[in-house]
Amino acid sequence: MTTSTSPAGPTTAADLAAAGVAAGAAASPAAPGRGRPRRGPRRGRRPGPRPDEADRGALSPADWRRPLVRRSMRLSHGVLLALLVLCGLGPLVLLAKFAVTPTQDILRTPLAVFPNGVAWDNLSAAWNDVQVSRYFLNTVVLAAGAWASQILVATTGGYLLSVLRPRYAKVVQAAVLATLFVPAVVLLVPLYLVILDPPLLGRSLMNSYWAVWLPAGASAFNVLLMQRFFDSLPREVFEAARVDGAGPFRLFWSIVLPMSRPILGVVSVFAVIASWKDFLWPLLVLRDPDIQPLSVRLPSLQATTDLGVLMAALAISTLIPVLLFLVFQRLFLRGAGLGGAVKG
Amino acid sequence: MALTHDAREARPRRTPVTWVRRGGLSTLVFALPLLVVFGLFSWLPIGRAVVMSLQETNLVTTAWVGLDNFRTVLADPLLATAVGNTLWFAALALLFGYPVPLLAAVLMSEVRRAKGLYSALAYLPVVVPPVVAVLLWKFFFDARPEGVFNTMLGWVGAGPVPWLQDADWAMPSLVLEATWAAAGGTIIIYLAALTSVPGELYDAAEVDGASVWRKVWHVTMPQLRGVLFITFILQIIGTAQVFLEPYLFTDGGPANATITVLLLVYRYAFGQSLGGDYGAATALSLMLAAVLAVLSVVYFRLTRSWSQT
Repeated sequence: MTTSTSPAGPTTAADLAAAGVAAGAAASPAAPGRGRPRRGPRRGRRPGPRPDEADRGALSPADWRRPLVRRSMRLSHGVLLALLVLCGLGPLVLLAKFAVTPTQDILRTPLAVFPNGVAWDNLSAAWNDVQVSRYFLNTVVLAAGAWASQILVATTGGYLLSVLRPRYAKVVQAAVLATLFVPAVVLLVPLYLVILDPPLLGRSLMNSYWAVWLPAGASAFNVLLMQRFFDSLPREVFEAARVDGAGPFRLFWSIVLPMSRPILGVVSVFAVIASWKDFLWPLLVLRDPDIQPLSVRLPSLQATTDLGVLMAALAISTLIPVLLFLVFQRLFLRGAGLGGAVKG
Repeated sequence: MALTHDAREARPRRTPVTWVRRGGLSTLVFALPLLVVFGLFSWLPIGRAVVMSLQETNLVTTAWVGLDNFRTVLADPLLATAVGNTLWFAALALLFGYPVPLLAAVLMSEVRRAKGLYSALAYLPVVVPPVVAVLLWKFFFDARPEGVFNTMLGWVGAGPVPWLQDADWAMPSLVLEATWAAAGGTIIIYLAALTSVPGELYDAAEVDGASVWRKVWHVTMPQLRGVLFITFILQIIGTAQVFLEPYLFTDGGPANATITVLLLVYRYAFGQSLGGDYGAATALSLMLAAVLAVLSVVYFRLTRSWSQT
């Protein structure tokens, strides 16, 4: 998956292909993780000889000089861009418009542009009266906890399997890897019963955030991703630190973690987004409406809330993930190669 | 590394004391989060799933019933409907969601300016929370002539479509939304794969006088074979476990036209009327999992060989 031009640096693309993409791309900012970086001169009209000939697509500069090819590519790129704006941005723009449109207008003329003025109070009604503020806070708390739990388990687990490597590491690794092959559907009911009556704890975890935080940590994907990344770090640094008298905790905290910022970023972004998206699990274990996150509350609000206010609530819940995406775009798109695998 | 070397050295007897001296205790501290979290919330439930599928339980008393749960599930007339609907969903999702991202990615990889804009726009729907997307699209699917999609269809003279209200239209509507929500991720996967096609192959094809079409067809496509198969399997695994769309859009209706396997599992365990039949729910989820596990193994083997070449 890593491109032919990527620097020799990380050799992580080894086993887990998808993991390799993320680790490799994240490890070397120079690696062309998303697209070729700046191909040729900026002016498209007359592309001269490009400095990096190995790094090219199906169309050669000669192809680009042919008017037919150039025109048809321009045309298809234009059509593609228009479609992407329509499909990618369109629904979100509509949502933003609905959020500040009076309900009657949304129902009668959904595509007209504010025929009877703007209803800014939809937003405040959603935030205050429908208590979106509370559910928003719940969502943030849930995401923060799920993030902490995933990072803790993934970093310590990866460190154990990659650096410390005790005798039982092989068994642990096999057991972690095996869970990758078990689809989430199998866990649904038995995990629910574990939450209902956890062993050793003596009290039910129902209606407690721990019921969402702790299972989130059991992500084999994160652990293996982290382990692959740690595997790619230079061993000499660890040895040098050990010679200098650093114990396992010091090594973990002062050497391994600071060297792993790129992969921590990828795991963090995906942890937060996954938690923000999660619906079925919080629906099952958080029965008390006061502690439910937005994703669980919104469908039940739907029946009782004015459409305009509901749309405002939907828009508010979309804001944070979209903002996160716009800010950390590179991280998202580099890590997206493993997006599919995260779902499974 | 040093630790394993030390452990293997001369010392014939490993006592708890030497184990602690060699840092076994601090190693265990690092192992603890993983062991506790995976043990309680992954390994234990997986084990219990197998046991529970052979039991009948109402949370107070538990009885072994052998394969009765599997028989109950297989005898349920809804099962055939659910399996059929899930397959129909998967087939439609492939039809809508497989060629479009590929075409888009191949075109996008030739974009020379503002490439980031293209990928950002394509990926935007993926970051919208699925619940929000479904509730928004539910409104788009308004069956009245004033509905969002029906208004748009009206512009080109097409009649109002019943969307979610009609048994034949409901599933394609669900797939339409699901495809919108997922296509961006697939496009990005393809784009990453396209950048890894070695440029020399195109150079060679040009020396042989290949046209643009032939280059795309005979160089790009064969190079993408591995990735195409992987996204195919991922999509099957994902669509087989579809829950959110049928649950929130239609709750399995109209006339059970959108009830899927996972929705059936949910109803066995947590539904209002059936509910509480944990044995049947785990039995059905295990059967689904067995099918998916085979696909996962294929997927894993493929990604492995694919990344090594």
